[in-house]
Amino acid sequence: MSLIEITEVRKSFGTNEVLKGINIDVDPGEVIAIIGKSGSGKSTLLRCINGLETIDSGSIAVAGAQLLPDELHLRALRLKIGMIFQSFNLFPHLTAGKNVMLSQMVVKKVPTADAEATARKMLDRVGLAHKFDAYPEELSGGQQQRVAIARALAMQPMALLCDEITSALDPELVNEVLAVVKELAAEGMTLLMVTHEMRFARDVCTRVVFMHQGRVHEIGAPQDVFGDPKTPELKQFLGLQAA
Amino acid sequence: MMMEFTTWDILRNLLLAARWTVLLSLVSFVGGSLVGLAILFMRIGKNVWLKRFAQGYIELFQGTPLLMQLFLAFFGLGLVGVDVPAWLAAALALTLWTAAFLAEIWRGCVEAIVRGQWEASSSLAMGYVQQMRYVILPQALKIAVPPTVGFSVQVVKGTALTSIIGFVELSKAGTMVTNATFQPFIVYGFVALIYFALCWPLSKSSQILERKLNVAHRNH
Amino acid sequence: MTYSFDFSWIGEYLPVLLKGVGITVELILVGAFFGVALGTLCAWIRALGPLWLRPVVGAYVEMIRNTPFLIQLFFIFFGLPSLGFRMSELQAANLAMIVNLGAYSCEIIRAGIQATPRGQFEAGASLAMSPIQTFWHVVLIPSLQRIWPALSSQIVIVMLGSAAVSQIAAEDLTFAANFIQSRNFRAFEAYLVSTVIYLFLAIVLRQLLRGAGALLFAKRRAAQ
Repeated sequence: MSLIEITEVRKSFGTNEVLKGINIDVDPGEVIAIIGKSGSGKSTLLRCINGLETIDSGSIAVAGAQLLPDELHLRALRLKIGMIFQSFNLFPHLTAGKNVMLSQMVVKKVPTADAEATARKMLDRVGLAHKFDAYPEELSGGQQQRVAIARALAMQPMALLCDEITSALDPELVNEVLAVVKELAAEGMTLLMVTHEMRFARDVCTRVVFMHQGRVHEIGAPQDVFGDPKTPELKQFLGLQAA
Repeated sequence: MMMEFTTWDILRNLLLAARWTVLLSLVSFVGGSLVGLAILFMRIGKNVWLKRFAQGYIELFQGTPLLMQLFLAFFGLGLVGVDVPAWLAAALALTLWTAAFLAEIWRGCVEAIVRGQWEASSSLAMGYVQQMRYVILPQALKIAVPPTVGFSVQVVKGTALTSIIGFVELSKAGTMVTNATFQPFIVYGFVALIYFALCWPLSKSSQILERKLNVAHRNH
Repeated sequence: MTYSFDFSWIGEYLPVLLKGVGITVELILVGAFFGVALGTLCAWIRALGPLWLRPVVGAYVEMIRNTPFLIQLFFIFFGLPSLGFRMSELQAANLAMIVNLGAYSCEIIRAGIQATPRGQFEAGASLAMSPIQTFWHVVLIPSLQRIWPALSSQIVIVMLGSAAVSQIAAEDLTFAANFIQSRNFRAFEAYLVSTVIYLFLAIVLRQLLRGAGALLFAKRRAAQ
């Protein structure tokens, strides 16, 4: 059974239809890269899966639970799916450790000691155990993003959504974040990532989705999508990337 | 009957009256903060009717003279009660007026928190109240301190108008002492200096806090 | 114990109310124009003017911003005559409003000037403009545009504060309300009506200022 089922999802902003009937099923343990030009709807799709945007029609189900726009269903869904943002969005008034502890404690009601133990474990997993007491402003962009990953992992999600998580980073900081993601993939975490890192998509992902003008234009294994693009749009997109 | 007033007599009378200015300022500021907090939550909450009420409240109290609000409180309370002491009308009007301004200042602070903070906390399955309590308000509170301290100056100055409905505080005492001494230049000069002594430290600390906050932000 | 509201007096006292509105409008028009002019001059001194003048203007600004308008009014109307400056109620009211808005707008406009990119001053200088020419032709209008919303709110606040001039018997809208309630003993209604008029004036003034801003900065926006 699929972990995430996206069926005929449509979404408009005003008169502009951004998603024009999206169908994707994601199996547990899959690592999916969503690529495409800006404005192709890839980020919107990711935000819909986490309920940050409401969908106009179609359905999204995660582990059998439907995405519905009421608070109760949304929170149930968000307990199953974590999200990492382009701009990190760490809570600036809390230390790295407290960032990772907060929602465990207030949402899952985990006792402080257990939340702290989990936080230390997760920060260790992203290589930042020694930054437990550092505030976000004292961390580099790459470190902040790794804390954000630890924060999402601490909620023990079944899948992670990554929205261009390396786009705001200086080039030399990109790899430390991708290395963490690669490790998660190797451990069997289900990942859905919007990315511009084509080499990473080719090396790590099980499937690649090419979105164009609000539709899934091509979908397949990385060697097929990158090695043998079927449509002129994808060819052009990959050509642009190479240039 | 004429009495000889020394400069010290004048100053002493004014300083004694200034106690009431301070007390009224404190009461109005604390009361205004509590009411303002309630208005703030209505204003930024999800209930459309409460939001409209809060908008109307703010518009009304920010769009009309404080002096009129004092008159309406004084004579309005007079319509329902028998005998309204001036201090009660003064405290009521100033509290409601302060609440409108503080609610609006604080709304600005809450809205200054970037959308990513809401989204990140949403994605961690926090509910509205949890987001507010643990993520948004702690950050908003920090940037709210300087303008809130700054507004307290407006409250202290606003108390001067309560002299017009007969509350005896610093300004009223100034008028009374002037009428007794016929030395308006000296008396109102002193009155101004006492207000300045009350307000300037507040203005200055607001500025310093603001500067500190800006420096902290630039280091991000 | 029921109180029945009575607004039947409005017709009879309409001329009184209208005269009060007229004075209030006159006060804010004169106060806003000369107040902002004074504020601009002071802002220039504070930000770019002669060093020895800056603390003088600073003291004026701090003094005004940290004392109540009512006391400034009393000081000007009752206190200054003992130094030989005698003036009418209306003149004193006008002066108090100009001096008051001058101090507030000084700080607001100064913030606008200080947000000007350095390159603007350098470009002006490189075109052989004097510092004052650069300020007047290059810096001032964009600075005003930057802070126009804040300046507009301050002008509305000063208009509402003008209610206090009734206390030196300047015959503004509040004075009219005082007069009416002393005649008909309908204090609550008299103040309620004038409050509604003030609210209306505040809304109109805000719109006018928005329009004035659009007009004043129209060229600039078209050029962008």
